[in-house]
Amino acid sequence: MIESPAIGTLHTTRLLNSGMPVNSTEPHHPTAALEIKAGSITLPILKLFSADFEALNVQLEQKLRQAPEFFRNAPIIVDLSELVPDREPLDFSAFVDSLRNRGLSPVGVRGGSQIQQQAAQSAKLAVLAEIKPDNAHQAPAAQGASFKPASPAKGFGPTKLIDHPVRSGQRIYAAGGDLIVLAQVSPGAEIMADGNIHIYGSLKGRALAGVQGNLEARVFCSDLQAELIAIGGHYKISENLDEAVRGKPVQVYLRDNLLIIDYL
Amino acid sequence: MARIIVVTSGKGGVGKTTTSAAISMGLALQGHRTAVVDFDIGLRNLDLIMGCERRVVYDFVNVINQEATLNQALIRDKRNENLHILPASQTRDKDALTKEGVERVLNELSETFDYIVCDSPAGIERGAHLAMYFADDAVVVTNPEVSSVRDSDRMLGLLASKSRRAELGQDPIKEYLLLTRYSPQRVKLGEMLSVEDVQEILALHLLGVIPESKAVLNASNSGTPVILDEKSDAGQAYMDVIRRYLGEHVPHRFIEQERKGLFGRLFGS
Repeated sequence: MIESPAIGTLHTTRLLNSGMPVNSTEPHHPTAALEIKAGSITLPILKLFSADFEALNVQLEQKLRQAPEFFRNAPIIVDLSELVPDREPLDFSAFVDSLRNRGLSPVGVRGGSQIQQQAAQSAKLAVLAEIKPDNAHQAPAAQGASFKPASPAKGFGPTKLIDHPVRSGQRIYAAGGDLIVLAQVSPGAEIMADGNIHIYGSLKGRALAGVQGNLEARVFCSDLQAELIAIGGHYKISENLDEAVRGKPVQVYLRDNLLIIDYL
Repeated sequence: MARIIVVTSGKGGVGKTTTSAAISMGLALQGHRTAVVDFDIGLRNLDLIMGCERRVVYDFVNVINQEATLNQALIRDKRNENLHILPASQTRDKDALTKEGVERVLNELSETFDYIVCDSPAGIERGAHLAMYFADDAVVVTNPEVSSVRDSDRMLGLLASKSRRAELGQDPIKEYLLLTRYSPQRVKLGEMLSVEDVQEILALHLLGVIPESKAVLNASNSGTPVILDEKSDAGQAYMDVIRRYLGEHVPHRFIEQERKGLFGRLFGS
């Protein structure tokens, strides 16, 4: 039986080299020709359930026809973790060619056997580390034939409400939405949300808003004593907090990739 | 049905076993049939503090492994017939405890006792987890010092999420804060967290404050629960704790530095 290839989203961290084609009239770094930075990009994942080349091609064609604009020159990750390695040898280079012929740019593979990964490497694809399904930072992969556009979560999910203290060692994650905590967040506790975070008690632990990359997310708290505060991966640790805002009611947001802390 | 009380802390050396001994003896003194169970398998201390170490024949692990009956392993206290002790095994480790075994022993104890006091080992591993898993009430023993407070906070998180009550969606475990080894003088000098400081961090109902006291060490060495030392400040403080736990309104003592009278000042108490 052949299942259709599913497409999900992968939130992955890649190294980018920015500053290569610098505008010569306004050089950002007159001495440095390049810079290596960590960044994160959301990519579509092509999950294979079968190594049947014919079936893959037919179903791939159907999928691409649903959203041709989206897939034009789209970078894509091939997920091999559902394939049975011994029984189904996949002609990897042929499959990569067929993806490229359809206008996709496969950039890497995930999962699969060692032989499959070697085949991927010889096809000049990167082998990405497998992400464990219990990882709270991972976007839920779309199942079956459903398809989700690769945009960061914008807080469409339900708001999560916590009315008891969040103790040291506890971890709370509001997937797809906002998080409201009506009590204190102790040192060593960690609260995360895809959307905004509101804390109507002391924030003494860590608060991470927009963990799926939503840079519009904000953190609001009535008493800032956080160990760490982050929005979309941009963070500040306790040591770097301005003493003037410590213990005060504040909001935290991003402006030009800078974490701004303002009084409420 | 017995009420199961766990005495826990996360951190070691804060006075869990002293508290377990005092609370179980205190409940027995108030006329309640009480069993105290040592969950610190491998490092058994409760029998020493209770002064029954020379009467241990069978232990908790023997009962779990069905090598002995509960009645064979329970030691009746010589000072109060309401109180029974189930000692820990010295020769085994905490892996000898199983959830099913602990549940069976606690169920059997429930049939004859009003209160079961579980003396938790330090840490957050198997022994500590099983000690608190079946609890109805938790006494979180904390010293007025930052690392102990932090560990207590961690333990409170586990009580709220990893207990049977949490897993079955029942009412949560009732949590009480017991501050031990408290010294008002050192708080005044800024060397120790105050009751208010600890309350602010843990946000918990305060069951009592036990002052730092020589009586505790003397009691441990002589195998007498300190609550029996009615003249001592620690003994009185534990008796207050029992009365508060049983619903009486008892004002807190030993929080303020005692004012010495002229006599005390001249002769240094």
